[in-house]
Amino acid sequence: MFLLNNMLYSAVFDADRYIDIAQSSFLPLLKGALFYSIPMTLISFVIGIILAITTALFRISGVKLLSGIARVYISIIRGTPLLVQLFIIFFGLTSVGIKLDPFPAAIIGFSLNTGAYASEIIRAAILSIPKGQWEASQSIGMSYGQSLKRIILPQATRVSIPPLSNSFISLVKDTSLASTILVAEMFRKAQEIVANTYEPLLLYTEAAFIYWMICFLLSLVQDQIENKLNRYVS
Amino acid sequence: MLSIQNLHKQFGNLVVLDGIDLNVEKGKVIVVIGPSGSGKTTLLRCLNVLETPTKGNVSINQTDLNFEEKVSKKDIQTLRKQTGMVFQTYNLFPHMTALQNVIEGPVTVQKVNKEKAKEKGIQLLEKVGLGDKIDYYPHQLSGGQQQRVGIARALAIDPEVMLFDEPTSALDPELVGEVLRVMKELAHEGMTMVVVTHEMSFAKEVADEVLFMDQGQVIERGHPDHIFTTPKEERTRQFLNLLSE
Ligand SMILES: Nc1ncnc2c1ncn2[C@@H]1O[C@H](COP(=O)(O)OP(=O)(O)OP(=O)(O)O)[C@@H](O)[C@H]1O
Ligand SMILES: [Mg+2]
Repeated sequence: MFLLNNMLYSAVFDADRYIDIAQSSFLPLLKGALFYSIPMTLISFVIGIILAITTALFRISGVKLLSGIARVYISIIRGTPLLVQLFIIFFGLTSVGIKLDPFPAAIIGFSLNTGAYASEIIRAAILSIPKGQWEASQSIGMSYGQSLKRIILPQATRVSIPPLSNSFISLVKDTSLASTILVAEMFRKAQEIVANTYEPLLLYTEAAFIYWMICFLLSLVQDQIENKLNRYVS
Repeated sequence: MLSIQNLHKQFGNLVVLDGIDLNVEKGKVIVVIGPSGSGKTTLLRCLNVLETPTKGNVSINQTDLNFEEKVSKKDIQTLRKQTGMVFQTYNLFPHMTALQNVIEGPVTVQKVNKEKAKEKGIQLLEKVGLGDKIDYYPHQLSGGQQQRVGIARALAIDPEVMLFDEPTSALDPELVGEVLRVMKELAHEGMTMVVVTHEMSFAKEVADEVLFMDQGQVIERGHPDHIFTTPKEERTRQFLNLLSE
């Protein structure tokens, strides 16, 4: 009897405590997402895409030096773990006197990473555009640059939106790795709260839930963009 | 006005054009016929350097390209601005409407004012019978309509010569007529044209000269009446027999 009472009591106590922790931790986690995870994703993705387009154009340029540089870059980034890259940039570079703050270090790491993966997506998209499109644009007198800008890239964009959306969503989740280089993003916040409350299941589930919501919203945006871009294909 | 001298084109060891000479006076229509693989498409593509000839000369008006030497991008550009190309598979820009396709050359390349270009673009689309389809995307048009947009797009840059590569061979038979009608009209208006086609009606009606090509050479050339009724060469005769079967 006593034992049962005790169990009930502790269950009730736990539920209260759970709700309490969940409520008080939600705001810090959300802040971590809004002030760190999301900006980190956005900035890295924009820089990464610029890098990616440049790298893709290097790759298809036909100039040995440029395509060589692009190949080496892609090979290194794809051939090494993102976590290791972040450690080299943040901890490693201090040995040669380059001391970066956590946030910029994370941005550099994620941008380089996005640049390499997305460049392959963009390159494939450019190569998927029929040769006849290049020829038609050249036949009306366009230069290489004009053809690329007016005819090829707009079509390649449509082709690359779905895979690039995947990269973007992956990036949202990958930013959790920045916790290891001391960025105060959402997952690091969750770890800190766990250290005080000893409720790993609750906090990590809460963080997972917020990641999921962000990605869910993003997939809705992706659908919108795809619908808009599909206007001109049957 | 358009002249080709001793034009050669090789892909690796494969000789595709083996010394072609051709002179086209302003306003003349040349029809090129010949079996598959004889080099007709390659000849047209060499005329606007979509394919770089191995050897020989191509000149249009003042622009003279000698392919023994290295030709500059600028000269190639100048040449292309004087030639309009119509492709077998249309190659319209799928992300642009009919009108946008047509004004792309004038606006982007020739830096014509957009409103002016539109005005002229609409006129051209009306001319090819598509005045009511200017805002349609290529996928909303039939093959024959797409090809007519292709013709309007090529005309929009005010070319000296129009090049047609089997413009009707990808079309359903009932759509061939509308495209040929536009081409005949152009010919009657005095457009200089080089046309690869096996549409005999077109050749008979508007061609000033017919070229029969085989294995990268011009085997026989002459007025359509002669070529089609009393060809001199055995190979021409065989080919025409095959066509009429
Ligand atoms: N880019 C290329 N690389 C290698 N060979 C080519 C290339 N383009 C054309 N050829 C070859 O050149 C030859 C002539 O081709 P071309 O397309 O000019 O012939 P065609 O007379 O237009 O034939 P068709 O009536 O089938 O269109 C063919 O043997 C073809 O395989
Ligand atoms: Mg051909």
